[in-house]
Amino acid sequence: MNVSRPISLATRGLTKRFDRPAVDNLDLTIYGGEFYALLGPNGAGKTTTLRMVAGLLRPDAGTITIDGIDALSAPEDAKQITAWVSDEPMIYDKLTPYEYLEFVAGLWRIDATIAEARARELIGWLGLEAQAHDRCEGFSKGTRQKVALAGALVHDPKLIILDEPLTGLDAGSARQVKNVLRDRVTAGGTVVMTTHILEVAERMADRIGVIANGKLIAEGTLEELRVKTGAGASSLEDTFLALVANEAAAA
Amino acid sequence: MTEPGTLAWLAGHEFRLGWRDWTALLTAGGRARTRNAVIVLVAFVVLMHLLAYWIVARYADAGLAVDMATLIAVTATLLLSWSLLLSQAMESVTRAFYARADLDLILTSPVSARKVFAIRMGRIAFGAVAVAVLLATPFIDVLVLRGGLRWLAAFGVVAAMGAVATAVALALTVALFRLVGPKRTRLIAQIVAAVIGAAFVIGLQVLAIFSGGTLSRAVALQSHWLLDRVPSPASLAWWPARAALGDAGALAAVLVLAVLLLGAAIAVFSARFGEHAQAAAGVGAVAVRQRRGSLAFRPRSPRRVLRQKEWTLLLRDPWLISQTLMQILYLLPPAILLWVTFRDGSDAYVVLIPVVVMAAGQLAGGLAWLSISGEDAPDLVATAPVAASSVMTAKIEAVIGMIALVFAPIVAALAFDSSYAALVAAAGIMTAAGAATAIQICFRVQAKRSQFRRRQTSSRLATFAEAFSSIGWAATAAMAAAGTWYALAPATFAVLILLGVRWMSPPSRD
Repeated sequence: MNVSRPISLATRGLTKRFDRPAVDNLDLTIYGGEFYALLGPNGAGKTTTLRMVAGLLRPDAGTITIDGIDALSAPEDAKQITAWVSDEPMIYDKLTPYEYLEFVAGLWRIDATIAEARARELIGWLGLEAQAHDRCEGFSKGTRQKVALAGALVHDPKLIILDEPLTGLDAGSARQVKNVLRDRVTAGGTVVMTTHILEVAERMADRIGVIANGKLIAEGTLEELRVKTGAGASSLEDTFLALVANEAAAA
Repeated sequence: MTEPGTLAWLAGHEFRLGWRDWTALLTAGGRARTRNAVIVLVAFVVLMHLLAYWIVARYADAGLAVDMATLIAVTATLLLSWSLLLSQAMESVTRAFYARADLDLILTSPVSARKVFAIRMGRIAFGAVAVAVLLATPFIDVLVLRGGLRWLAAFGVVAAMGAVATAVALALTVALFRLVGPKRTRLIAQIVAAVIGAAFVIGLQVLAIFSGGTLSRAVALQSHWLLDRVPSPASLAWWPARAALGDAGALAAVLVLAVLLLGAAIAVFSARFGEHAQAAAGVGAVAVRQRRGSLAFRPRSPRRVLRQKEWTLLLRDPWLISQTLMQILYLLPPAILLWVTFRDGSDAYVVLIPVVVMAAGQLAGGLAWLSISGEDAPDLVATAPVAASSVMTAKIEAVIGMIALVFAPIVAALAFDSSYAALVAAAGIMTAAGAATAIQICFRVQAKRSQFRRRQTSSRLATFAEAFSSIGWAATAAMAAAGTWYALAPATFAVLILLGVRWMSPPSRD
């Protein structure tokens, strides 16, 4: 499947060592317009992988290609079409959401008129109208995360990378974030997301990658993963736990 | 083992936390750094003893029957030290009020909260006394070695000063709580603490300028103006000075008074401490609505938005402004000196220029830390399609721009008197600021802006390098203003510091 679709993100032989290999010779291929969930136990290498893709960490070995651009030799070109959202919202307490979006648009060199229109649209989608001109310092975690997400989307990225974006969000905020992400995918954008909330991956992801000890141990649709683990795995949780247990036993 | 819940047990717990805080402050949390911290401490102790010898050795022979000038000098020294202790104690009390850390645990435990908070106040007092004694020890050591054991009484005075400083700090902070409420107390208390710490030195310098036309505090203390206004030698006001000079009766009185004051403060305020701490913890950041003329996005380059962001964040944070611009407070005496210079037509700007250059270096160091290490959204900036060098350039521009704005009026004022002096001052300010910024770049460690006060602990090397670099450039500017080629010597020293910093700075890590 997906052979006819353009590749949005490809990593080949991606490797990063700290005290031990955090990411070990990882090959990932994610297609345009795809919602890809990267799952794995704590310390599996998910965040390290995504931080390398976002340009926050330099790999020890391997290649990263984003929409055909070599992210290691032309990082600014790759960053121009990429957005990164982490579990800790990266916003400035003393700026308002509106000013924050203006700042992000300036960093990404987006035309001011276009950026302003997008900012208004995003503020509306994410239900931030009431707080748009309040400083972010008093915001709840959910509101901060929505502001960060708006910042990630204001430059209309082709690839959105999210590391545990739903951690600590209430049901309403989580729903708004999921809706916005789903809309991006529908519009042709690519979303790569790590999450420990398996229900989210199960309901939203087109494909799921499971990573353990820095290696991709399984990849496919939920159905393909179920088949891989054999009979008995009815939910993604069962499937995931079975895959991780198999990997631990094999290691 | 003490029984859990008792005063002794609680005291043990508090002092263990205090000890760990203190060691973390010295070692910046790294075990490997403990050895380095010990080496630096030993070097510091030796250096302080040498400095103490240079400053106080000549006073060691002062007898018990002292003259007015000695009483004034000792009292002024004690007041100066006490103002710094009070400043530190206010900081500690404010921190204790606003530390959420174990508040819920304490207030939901069956142990008397009053008992816990009384112990906590005792810990603050102990910390103030310990710091006072530690800093005074080199000076008292020199006095004891040169003047005899009677100078040991000074330790008692210093301990009493620490206790009184804590008692007054508790009273002031609680008064602020009641006057302005928990929301504003933190900021105001920190500003008051900083002003108290600086006010006495600045006041003496201003007095010296008007009485002698120099920045020397000694001149002020010997002025007729002051001698005519102080109380008679028999006054109780001189008892702390007499106690420090070895008068046993005065020492006993000072110690008893200090213990009584501290005891009373703890007894009175410990009952309300929990209430205030709860009120402080309940203070959420209230929404601040930002108004601006036009809501339209402005077309700006990445470098410009980065510069603008740095300035906006600083200008919207009164606490950071107070902390960074507090250094500007020290510019008040030189500014007055400048005014006196114009009035009298003397060449005092040779004294003024190094002070201004040094202040610029120190201010730039603080601003550079905020801009470079204190980036609140490092991932956002790092994932933006902007070259790292452009980001760094924008941040340097933000720092230098701020320095230029702050110091331009002084340089402009100088230019009216001497264009050469103004040129030297401007070059000195920019060079010192650039050097301090370069040092911060070499030792950058990602941190939260709220850790600004503790930035020195992340790299003591950077702190020392920044200070010595500023001193080097200040000396260079002073000599250049005086028109001597000897200016090349301190300039070389300052450049060597920069080269050393570059050589010793940790490699950047991904």
